Amino acid sequence: MVPGCSAARDHTFLLLVDQFIQTIVDSVTLGSVYALIALGYSMVYGILKLLPFAHGDVFMVGSFIGLGVLKAFGGAANPTISIWLVLVLMALAAMAGCAVLGVAVERFAYRPLRNAPRIAPLISALGTSFFIAYSMQLLFGANHRTYDTFTMAGGKLFLSGITWGPLHVSLVRIIVVVVAVVMMVVLWLLVSRTRMGKAMRATSFDREAAMMMGVDVDKVIVFTFVLGSALAGIGGVLFSLRTDVYSQMGFLAGLSGFTAAVIGGIGSVPGAMLGGYLLGLVETVTQTYISTGWSNLFIFSILVAFMLIRPSGILGKAEIKKV
Amino acid sequence: MTATPTPAGPAGAGAASPTPLLRLDNVDTFYGPIHILQGVTLEVMPGELVSLLGGNASGKSTTLKTALGLVRPRTGTVSIAGEDVTTRTTSYRIAKGLAIVPENRRLFAPMTVLENLEMGAYLHGSPTKEDFERVYTLFPRVYERRSQLAGTLSGGEQQMVAVGRALMCRPRLLLMDEPSMGLAPILVEKSFEIIQQVHEAGVAMLIVEQNANMALSIADRGYVLSTGRIVLQGTAAMLLADDDLKKAYLGR
Repeated sequence: MVPGCSAARDHTFLLLVDQFIQTIVDSVTLGSVYALIALGYSMVYGILKLLPFAHGDVFMVGSFIGLGVLKAFGGAANPTISIWLVLVLMALAAMAGCAVLGVAVERFAYRPLRNAPRIAPLISALGTSFFIAYSMQLLFGANHRTYDTFTMAGGKLFLSGITWGPLHVSLVRIIVVVVAVVMMVVLWLLVSRTRMGKAMRATSFDREAAMMMGVDVDKVIVFTFVLGSALAGIGGVLFSLRTDVYSQMGFLAGLSGFTAAVIGGIGSVPGAMLGGYLLGLVETVTQTYISTGWSNLFIFSILVAFMLIRPSGILGKAEIKKV
Repeated sequence: MTATPTPAGPAGAGAASPTPLLRLDNVDTFYGPIHILQGVTLEVMPGELVSLLGGNASGKSTTLKTALGLVRPRTGTVSIAGEDVTTRTTSYRIAKGLAIVPENRRLFAPMTVLENLEMGAYLHGSPTKEDFERVYTLFPRVYERRSQLAGTLSGGEQQMVAVGRALMCRPRLLLMDEPSMGLAPILVEKSFEIIQQVHEAGVAMLIVEQNANMALSIADRGYVLSTGRIVLQGTAAMLLADDDLKKAYLGR
């Protein structure tokens, strides 16, 4: 046994371990965003038994609102106020703007069809998705833009962070994960502790019984759209810190979020979170170890597999028909 | 049956009686093209215990739903304590003092017993200690089970939670839809004891029941529905003695 050879082997092994850990870090970053999108899908489905296919486009609009705020304060490289404050304002504006958009979509595209056969609001949701995506394309063009995160605070978002041996977790990733997790904790507290959150869970389980308790279901639905859309909005900003902003980005992101919601068990809040992280894991692992081009194939194969084998998802409960 | 303690319609409105807590006046309800309730007139006075009897598909549950506003009548009016609430929402009517123990209890199974009780008090914002005390005194068992998921309880316990949940909104009138349904015979008796206890606490009640004997034994008055019409009404004693009713519903 030559000592050098063993060292080289150790080195290769360490690189593999590094690569693996890096993949996990990537998956958690991506999964955080998917979880934020999936939560909106899952909550709306829980309440309305409707798949809000315009949800991905609400996410896209959130990303654009973030860009707008960034530009309004002078851009990434030379902001007129502290870049950290700008980032906070971007997030808040995206959440507020998307909440308004989500409520508007519910009011005009879903509510008039609430008592129609289930296919009608579904088609309306798809139409709304295209309407929002192409309206944005008409207004802002089809080109890709970016937040220029690299130039924020002299590149600090990427250069600083946690470094541990060859492993580097950039600040931007830490921000994405921490903000997303904080959002999810806040959501969890809202849903489990507040009066409105309890009404939401009750309505989701049995709408008529909730009405019998005096719950105003319309209010609960609006509340649900506010929560879901605000999460999508901040998700859009977090997502675009690392990728482009463009009018059609909501389609794939929305579909991924939907898949995450189905995997976790649609209608279940913890399920949506779990599904988001699992999907992030599948996507990054495929990209690292198989091929970037294959990741979507894998993701949607999993969607089909779940639909066929366990449509209620991991944490979902099989639907019991009430007579 | 003619001798009724309360006026049965516009014709008998002569005597100045106190305002009924709940009054359905000549109500016609439809599900799509199907005519469910046909000219139903019914009242519950403060503190009264009224039974609504009838076979399957006679319109008993629809009557309760119409009272609550889950179903809107096509013609006729619904009033609570003298106020016309025909076009008002369910939550408005509940705020006015109505509460229901629905058929099959309809607890929120994935929520804890405590959360179910809180849902009952939904319109009050945050329930007070006294609200909980009232339920726990009536049902010590509910207190024991308070942090358990409602879906894991036995049928009898679920019944207690359902009644407790309805009491949480401090009702003046409690509607009960088939309280004995799906309960073991021993629990049916227990269930009627519960009803009496709640009634003695001063809550008026309108009870829909298939078990006519049991229901009339504790009631002040009763109505009998058949295919959407009220065919018989009177005091519980009179109904218990009625030959037609005996044949049709009491199985004697």
